[in-house]
Amino acid sequence: MDNKKTVMQIISENRFMHILISVALGFVVGALFLVVMGLSVGDAYGRLLSSVTTLKGVSYVIVYAIPYIMTGLSVAFAFKTGVFNIGAEGQFVMGSMSACVVGILLGDLPKIILIPLCFLVAMAAGALWGIVVGLLKTKRGINEVLSMIMFNWIAFYLSNYIAGIPAIHSDGTAEATKNIADNASTLLPADMIKSLGLCPTANWGILVAIVAMLIVWFIIDKTTLGYKLKAVGANKFAAEYGGINVNGSILTALAISGALAGLGGALQLMGMGSRISVFSSQEGFGFAGIVVALMGCSNPFGVLAAGLFYGALTYGGSKLNLEGVPTQLISVIVGTVVFFIAISVIFERLKYAKKAPKKVKEGKENK
Amino acid sequence: MDNFVNSLGIILFATLVYATPLLYAAMGSCFSEVSGVVNIGIEGMMTAGAFAGTVIAYFTGNPWIGFICGGLAGAFFGMLHAVATVNLGADQTIAGTAINMLGPGVVIMIARVLFNSTDTVPLTASQKIPKLFPGMFDTSTVFGRFMDNVFATYASTYIVFAVVILVWFVFYKTRFGLRLRACGEHPKACETLGINVIAMRFWCVVISGFLSGLGGACVTMTISTQFRPISIVGQGFIAIAAVIFGKFKPQGALIGCLLFGFCSGLKVVLGGSSGIDMQLISMIPYVVTVIVLVLFVGKSSVPAASGKPYIKSK
Repeated sequence: MDNKKTVMQIISENRFMHILISVALGFVVGALFLVVMGLSVGDAYGRLLSSVTTLKGVSYVIVYAIPYIMTGLSVAFAFKTGVFNIGAEGQFVMGSMSACVVGILLGDLPKIILIPLCFLVAMAAGALWGIVVGLLKTKRGINEVLSMIMFNWIAFYLSNYIAGIPAIHSDGTAEATKNIADNASTLLPADMIKSLGLCPTANWGILVAIVAMLIVWFIIDKTTLGYKLKAVGANKFAAEYGGINVNGSILTALAISGALAGLGGALQLMGMGSRISVFSSQEGFGFAGIVVALMGCSNPFGVLAAGLFYGALTYGGSKLNLEGVPTQLISVIVGTVVFFIAISVIFERLKYAKKAPKKVKEGKENK
Repeated sequence: MDNFVNSLGIILFATLVYATPLLYAAMGSCFSEVSGVVNIGIEGMMTAGAFAGTVIAYFTGNPWIGFICGGLAGAFFGMLHAVATVNLGADQTIAGTAINMLGPGVVIMIARVLFNSTDTVPLTASQKIPKLFPGMFDTSTVFGRFMDNVFATYASTYIVFAVVILVWFVFYKTRFGLRLRACGEHPKACETLGINVIAMRFWCVVISGFLSGLGGACVTMTISTQFRPISIVGQGFIAIAAVIFGKFKPQGALIGCLLFGFCSGLKVVLGGSSGIDMQLISMIPYVVTVIVLVLFVGKSSVPAASGKPYIKSK
């Protein structure tokens, strides 16, 4: 074949190009909606862009992105082992609530002990939520999607219940927990936020998220464990034949995946939230994680980028009301992006279809 | 005793009201999953149906036109899912996730244009799906009240039970049903027998969207009379759970939905009278489901070809 690739070939063979084109198409479809609704595309997208390009805007985007990156990593990690972690939502809630309980009850501990303790407890709680589902799957053969949906709701009501316990519940009238102790907070120092002009909830959780991303990348790409997990994800029968403990791998993957989502919950609470409200509906960080993992092609670095992108859209989207544009424009854009990512496999099929007839011909010639 | 009969009547009423939308969506999910296409976008399709049903009923004044349009709106998103997954061979989970974002996103944008709010205008009594047999039972007696609670219920509930029977009949007593099930188990074998797997799966996914849309419309056109962004919160996923619970059989999904409905009904009665924390009571349906799964159901048997795009060999 000719060494020079046509533009079509570059587009069809490069996964990154698929994502970029999907993102572009997402904005095109969003624009079409705006036009049909009689709203100004320029105003809407202008507001979206201007709200995330100031220093304050960027700090908001990063703060918004932290939980998305973490649940995205969680979902992506489980994907590698062939498990669809729709339960990141519940694992996230468990993580944030247990960090909240520790942050309130043990608030007298020094910062240097309390913060890692909150992280560890949140990771343990998230991992527990993952392991239980894993055990149901491996010991009793129960479909993980089903039990994860159940455990999402159990976590939801458990969190609401804990928020109502007198030792935890807010002293005021708010339907929420007390604020966590200042020693459990990951916020940047107040004078630093002020002097730099950052958003009021600017925190260093993003550093934890980046470290988590690097660890995930290292486990998946550089360790035997990662190799085993990927083997199970690719073909569990072949993996088992090759001597890999399939059930053990699934449990490990779900535990790590749950811990990541749980840590995400802690980061969200200790940075942005400082307390947990009584939920009236699921907050959707776990479901957003699915979207982020898909946009990031389940690659840790991709997830980081996708998480920031999603954070930017969510924050920018919250400013769209100023232009009279519904915030749901964001759902339409992101939904379209994910939809086009889903159908971008057509390129790979076209490639396959082009190659396939040749093989048949060769086969015939051999005969 | 009278108290017990009264409570039971209220529980059963709530069971039916809660289970009806789940049943529509679960029957939809059955169609899609059994034909071999994982449809995780049920939630988005229900949201579209809930909105379209309410809006059309509001503008036409006829609940039945609204109800059907709710189904059609669901079918539209079903068709999107079908084109992506069946025709283009997209990953079914990814496409379904997209539908779950697009459905609510699109309809809430339209709501903002039509009503300048994310909520629709509440339906009047004549625009709601009517109750069957109102006033047929003498509510002055305990027994009459019980009968009134259980049987003088929304027409959509009666319809859904007919739908369940119909789906069961189609699946197990017709040639179409046999082919449909075969498509989910071994599409290649089907193709060799001259069954058009692509067309079968396509229409099953569209039907799945239609039924999910009807389910969504039930939510906003019976007890609640208004579409709000929080009208559909998780019912779609519960319906999927009920189907997996019922091992992908309509009769099994029926039991799953009724179990969820019953536990929710229990919640209504217990929440009012007992001293138990409301949050713990709300947890009951999900805990019970897990326990039932562990003790009685065990391994779920997913259709063999489920989740795998079928690419026609030439």
